[in-house]
Amino acid sequence: MPQPPAIRGTHAELVEVTKSFGGVRALDEVSLKIARGAIHALVGENGAGKSTLGKIISGVLPPDRGQLLIDGEPVAFRSPREAITRGIVLIAQELAVVPALSVAENVFLGDEPRQAGFVNRRALRRRYAELAATAGFELAGDLRGRGLRTADQQKVEILRALGRNARLIVMDEPAAALPRPDAERLHQVIRRLAAGGTTVVLVSHFLREVAELADEVTILRDGRIVRTAPAVDETEDTMLSAMLGRSLGTTFPARRPVPAQAKIVLAARSVSAPGVHDVSLEVRAGEIVGLAGLVGSGRTELARALCQAQRITAGTVTTSGGKLTGGPRGALRAGLAMIPESRKEQGLLLGRPIAENVSLASLSRLSELGLVRRGKERQAVATVLGQVGVRVPAQAAPVNTLSGGNQQKALFARVLLAGPRVLVADEPTRGVDVGAKRAIYELLSSLAAEGLGVLLISSDAEEILGLAHRVLVMRAGRIAAELTGDAMTEAAILGAAFGTPEIGRGRGA
Amino acid sequence: MDQQDITQAPAPASRGARRPRPSPALVGNLRRAGILYPFIILFIVLSLWSGPFFTKVNLLDILDQQASTLIIAAAGTLVLVAGGIDLSVGAIYALAGVTAAHLALFSSPAVAIIAGIAVGLGVGLVNGVITTVFRINALIATLAMSFVVSGLASLVTGGNLVIDYSRPGFADLARTSFLSVNTSTWTMLAVVVALAIVLARTTAGRYIYASGSNSEAARLSGVRVQFIRTMTFVISGGAAALGGVIDASRVLSAQASNGETTLTFTVLAGIVVGGTSILGGEGAMWRTVVGVLFIALIGNGFDLLGLNPLYEQIALGGILLLAVGADAWSRLHQS
Repeated sequence: MPQPPAIRGTHAELVEVTKSFGGVRALDEVSLKIARGAIHALVGENGAGKSTLGKIISGVLPPDRGQLLIDGEPVAFRSPREAITRGIVLIAQELAVVPALSVAENVFLGDEPRQAGFVNRRALRRRYAELAATAGFELAGDLRGRGLRTADQQKVEILRALGRNARLIVMDEPAAALPRPDAERLHQVIRRLAAGGTTVVLVSHFLREVAELADEVTILRDGRIVRTAPAVDETEDTMLSAMLGRSLGTTFPARRPVPAQAKIVLAARSVSAPGVHDVSLEVRAGEIVGLAGLVGSGRTELARALCQAQRITAGTVTTSGGKLTGGPRGALRAGLAMIPESRKEQGLLLGRPIAENVSLASLSRLSELGLVRRGKERQAVATVLGQVGVRVPAQAAPVNTLSGGNQQKALFARVLLAGPRVLVADEPTRGVDVGAKRAIYELLSSLAAEGLGVLLISSDAEEILGLAHRVLVMRAGRIAAELTGDAMTEAAILGAAFGTPEIGRGRGA
Repeated sequence: MDQQDITQAPAPASRGARRPRPSPALVGNLRRAGILYPFIILFIVLSLWSGPFFTKVNLLDILDQQASTLIIAAAGTLVLVAGGIDLSVGAIYALAGVTAAHLALFSSPAVAIIAGIAVGLGVGLVNGVITTVFRINALIATLAMSFVVSGLASLVTGGNLVIDYSRPGFADLARTSFLSVNTSTWTMLAVVVALAIVLARTTAGRYIYASGSNSEAARLSGVRVQFIRTMTFVISGGAAALGGVIDASRVLSAQASNGETTLTFTVLAGIVVGGTSILGGEGAMWRTVVGVLFIALIGNGFDLLGLNPLYEQIALGGILLLAVGADAWSRLHQS
């Protein structure tokens, strides 16, 4: 690679950059220097402007005012393509890996070595091997894109960037969808990139990730820079309070003890389903049970089996409403509701009005003779939206006009309106900002206090430890451990999830 | 007529939106109004240009001619919104027409009419079951069924034209005049209004939108997606049959080659030109009515103005592409 790591200095600089969207200032006279070969993190709540900043650097968005300098030269990118020619590549949150193509083909997509119009496969393999070796990646080039883990898809994107001679890579929430060990692997990759002289701009919600990984941190709030500081001078707490503009007490609401005589509201007996083997568990009224485990350990499969979204091959699931049959509809009738893993794919009717999304699971209650009682519906929706803390401009607005956090709350509103006795929440805070996370924690906690049983599935061990009364850890489709009281530690969860206590201890909190 | 789109009309949500949305007002308004403005303009232009256009006789004639198309398209809207597609309506139209015409020869008109519609409902049920239970793509399933059903229609007629001139009672279904409007038009109005209410105001309508918008989300919310989709196919089959029976009654004859692909595609074009999405989850009944009538006006205009009918098809194809393009474009800029 042409750029020896020794040459330091400023790689990219923004001078008084302003960007507005429909009257809202996403960035307000932001000035920033990004050092060559550094890992520079941009943190802030959703809407603070960090993603916009990343997009301006990578040419996805043009600034309204202000100047972007690359290697000291003013540039005005009109498209990401122009930015690529200057060695700047954005890796978006949504990864773009073609399932039918191999890893190597994906990496050189659009840039394949050609001979008389045909792809030269041998040259492709050789170039891939060279590139992977330079980056220090272990990822077989002949694997299909289909079925690649998210972490490996990230690697494909990174290699694709490097294959285009990227010297500055903007990564938007790279670890958002990654379980801990994969995130670790990705971090190593990023460190190696920086060590090799590539500048990495890291847009991230994960403050711990930022604290571990970044050289410098820029904290944004409401489109302005609060401060830029060396990462060693920051902690999660200092960053969080700077982002929010106030010091937070505890991140998690106080846990209310479950009364000893609380009824069992969900019981699974020896449940087996694809990816789930012989699982038994109980959730009592007012109890939050955490379900931890690596991605692929069967957590989501279990959630879907419990909610009858996936056919059970053996065992029974009962709620206080009786033994469950008849698919998700039957489960809902028996008082078991689910917040699915992916709100876009399994949760929301994106183009439909907010009101329709919220009332969907309760329509029979809100209608007479098959006709929807609109007044009744509007009132019920307004009440439940207030309960979950979403203020909407109009119930008739499409649900995709809401922010990610509010979309998630709208899903909670749908579920609450249906009046369940048990809630299975699969990654309820994925992809939402810190403020919305806190609101969802409060909501789960207060729902439990009102007597709802909650099964909380999360990749975020902190989240589970902060909220749950009891933790179940899954491994390979089975419950590997049940942790209560003082045994509930991040080390214990990881140990059980991996089945190797040493790893857990080594990474203990 | 429809509340879905009226309720969507205000878009103050963009006030709080933080993400860029290229001229959301323009995109939104164009998409919402869709075919309505071109329809009104065409209507005014024809009224000014052609003397005979804006007369009661001509306008009622258009409605009467479009009665069966509108009935079938109204039901087809439910299918499309629910995320399906029905390419067998032309064949069902023919089968129901010849069945009713054939039975009318030796039984009461009532029996003939009911039998014709029952045949359509039955084929619709088969369509629904093979697309939901056996999970065969609706496009292919209903295409295959259209061949089967066409074949059945030929079996019924033996390849001949069935003529009911000897049974004038059969004509009462379509030709009875009430308040100087034919029963075929009244029937069409009743069906279109009923289905519009189903789609816009009932729980079933909500489930239809939900099934087409995001079937997995709908299922997890307790919607019986398979059942809902099957019912839309049954309604579509029934409506296609009703259209076939009405037209057979109107002309007191039917043959197996009636309708077929031309009708299927005219219906589909009307729905899509109106602005109902071919991808499901979006659409409204008034759109279909306007879309079908828009296409009818083009035909009528070519007739009245004495233009070369060859250009009619070219114009129609261009308009269809524009409509689908506008839908794709607005979806692109929505997300």
